[in-house]
Amino acid sequence: MSYLTEGRRKGIRSWILSTDHKRIGVLYLVSMVSLFFIAVLIGVLMRIEQLTIETPMFEPQTYNAFFTVHGVIMIFMFVLPGLPAVFGNFFLPIMIGAKDVSFPRLNLLSWYFFIAGTGLVVASLFTGAGPPDTGWTFYAPFSLTSGTNVSLGVFGAFVLGFSSILTGLNFITTIHRLRAPGMKWHRMPLFAWSLYGTAWIQVLATPIIGITLLLVIAERLFGIGVFDPAKGGDPLLYQHLFWIYSHPAVYIMILPAMGAITEIIPTFARKTIFGYKAIAYSSLAIAFLGSLVWGHHMFTSGMSEKANLVFSLLTFIVAVPSAIKVFNWTATLYKGSIEVRPPMLYALTFVFLFAIGGLTGLMQGALAVNVQLHDTYFIVGHFHYVMFGGTGMGFFAALLYWFPKMFGKTYNEKIAVFAWVPIFIGFNMLYFAMLVLGYMGMPRRYFTHLPQYRTGHIIASIGGFILAVGLVMFFANLVVALKRGRKAEQNPWGGVTLEWKIPTPPPLENFSIIPRIDDRPYRFNPEGS
Amino acid sequence: MSTSSSTPSLVHKDYEGGKLGMWLFLFTEILLFGGLFILYSAYRARYPLEFHEGGQHLNAVIGIANTLILLTSSLTVAISLTALQKGERRRSLLCLAATIVLGLGFLVNKYIEWSGEISHGLYPNSPLMAQRPQGDQIFFGLYYTMTGLHGLHVIAGIIALSVMLGFVLRHKVTRTDFNKLENAGLYWHLVDVIWIFLLPLFYLAA
Repeated sequence: MSYLTEGRRKGIRSWILSTDHKRIGVLYLVSMVSLFFIAVLIGVLMRIEQLTIETPMFEPQTYNAFFTVHGVIMIFMFVLPGLPAVFGNFFLPIMIGAKDVSFPRLNLLSWYFFIAGTGLVVASLFTGAGPPDTGWTFYAPFSLTSGTNVSLGVFGAFVLGFSSILTGLNFITTIHRLRAPGMKWHRMPLFAWSLYGTAWIQVLATPIIGITLLLVIAERLFGIGVFDPAKGGDPLLYQHLFWIYSHPAVYIMILPAMGAITEIIPTFARKTIFGYKAIAYSSLAIAFLGSLVWGHHMFTSGMSEKANLVFSLLTFIVAVPSAIKVFNWTATLYKGSIEVRPPMLYALTFVFLFAIGGLTGLMQGALAVNVQLHDTYFIVGHFHYVMFGGTGMGFFAALLYWFPKMFGKTYNEKIAVFAWVPIFIGFNMLYFAMLVLGYMGMPRRYFTHLPQYRTGHIIASIGGFILAVGLVMFFANLVVALKRGRKAEQNPWGGVTLEWKIPTPPPLENFSIIPRIDDRPYRFNPEGS
Repeated sequence: MSTSSSTPSLVHKDYEGGKLGMWLFLFTEILLFGGLFILYSAYRARYPLEFHEGGQHLNAVIGIANTLILLTSSLTVAISLTALQKGERRRSLLCLAATIVLGLGFLVNKYIEWSGEISHGLYPNSPLMAQRPQGDQIFFGLYYTMTGLHGLHVIAGIIALSVMLGFVLRHKVTRTDFNKLENAGLYWHLVDVIWIFLLPLFYLAA
């Protein structure tokens, strides 16, 4: 008996009406991976366009719609809800010894908001005057005057925000109220800590994007003028409001991935985590400092010199807690008995790619360099290293780590490793080429390019195709495992957190008896560590 | 503890948790308006004269009347909760109904006020606005956005309180199980508090 077979309802209703946190996690997983592949496909089409500039395959306007929709789907529907909605929902209650989240019905409602928001964005592609062409940032004043279906797409993003807020609110309450007896704050697994930091950003930052997007809609419908320079409004204020949310949102995306990596590394190094408290509090420090650095997206937008200096300084400071985590992971590996199985392979890839993403981020945080790099492919390359190499790889690692527990099936480990090869090679060809192209001056969001960028674009496009093949292999392996995989053991990796101490797949209410916690997590060797 | 129901955690009601969740939700509401307050302060610093002049076109009498209405309604919803806790169900129901009526009265005033201003051509994108200085458009753009968003919250609050009225009538919210009414009351107080800030920013800006 498990959550997959028990329950009052049968068939599809047992899923779409379920308030079980595990089933909701699976609902999110299926919806998100489907959307991910749509966005990957659009990405591939963009790379084809760059290969065929002599006889373009798509109109320039179509290319504008491509990068907008690719960004909106990837950001708002994959990396942003990504790990909290899937693995947070599924494992947070289990890891803290609870039977469910605090508000199970709100949890289901948040999935419906997610689906409704997705539906609205999809509707904006096929109705009205065509898909939005503003880029995922919806910058004013262009978003106010663009003739395309911006209002509907923006409203979709607004609705997705509700989903995010409800998830955050639920997790904060769950962590405060439902920890098992004896699970003090410093006995909580670090994935839960990272979700806690994330949840606070979700609750405190998301309303700002909500109001900003509403203002864009009001501006388009009624012409209220607050972002319209013709009426005395200031588009710079749009950018401020947008990034007050959207920069912290970067940490909504990356923190839970860091949390998942923090679970995987000790398990495969057979060693307790190095610097538990440093990792726990660096999550909160990232959440706090990350809320103060939004201005670094606007160095070239015409802020005052003083503001630029302060934002640059803060940007450098926020790198400190991120680096603390990287140092702690490497220190955990030191003298561990490391076993590189698929989850570990992807976790180590995360550390490598995230380090490149983080360091290129610091380059842009420097004011003089930023003027050169702003709005070039360097930015695109950088945030793909962070968002895809970071959050995406973290998602894949987490999926490989927890898949046997979630579905009770084992996947083919050889194919998972084999798929890593094209993913890693393709990824670096695609995005490192972008870093170089950007440094040479290739601007972002152009449907074509000058001859001097030809070589770089060819390398990037080939890399993109290789990457896409790797991604298909990766997920095909898991789909096959669902159908034909062997039955998974209770604890295939030798993990020590609570989810490995309950049956596989987990029973309906997780625990028949709520456990008592009387020790720190990550004790692989109770005598000493 | 365990039952055959698929929502096991609902068997046990966590009032503290419910309240914590409600407060977090109220934070999000404050931040939603916070974005607008930031815009207001930025533009007021840029167009001080126009904001001063714009405030003179608003009807401060209706604004203050609406403030009194909302403050009274906050009192009645608080009395309603206390009465319920003391077992005086009839008084609780009366006060809850009074709160809803006061909320509706606020909206009626708002309607009278807005239609008056619109008939004078004081609305965004109006022909009159096109001839006036830029700061005026911003003032009225913000005025309609902020009071309009607040008005939507009043409507949401009225709906929530009406649902509570139904719950109390059907004994779903009772002397011992009053958490839902308390949370709805908190929401109503928030609607009130936001208005307290809107009044001086717009009506008393003159």
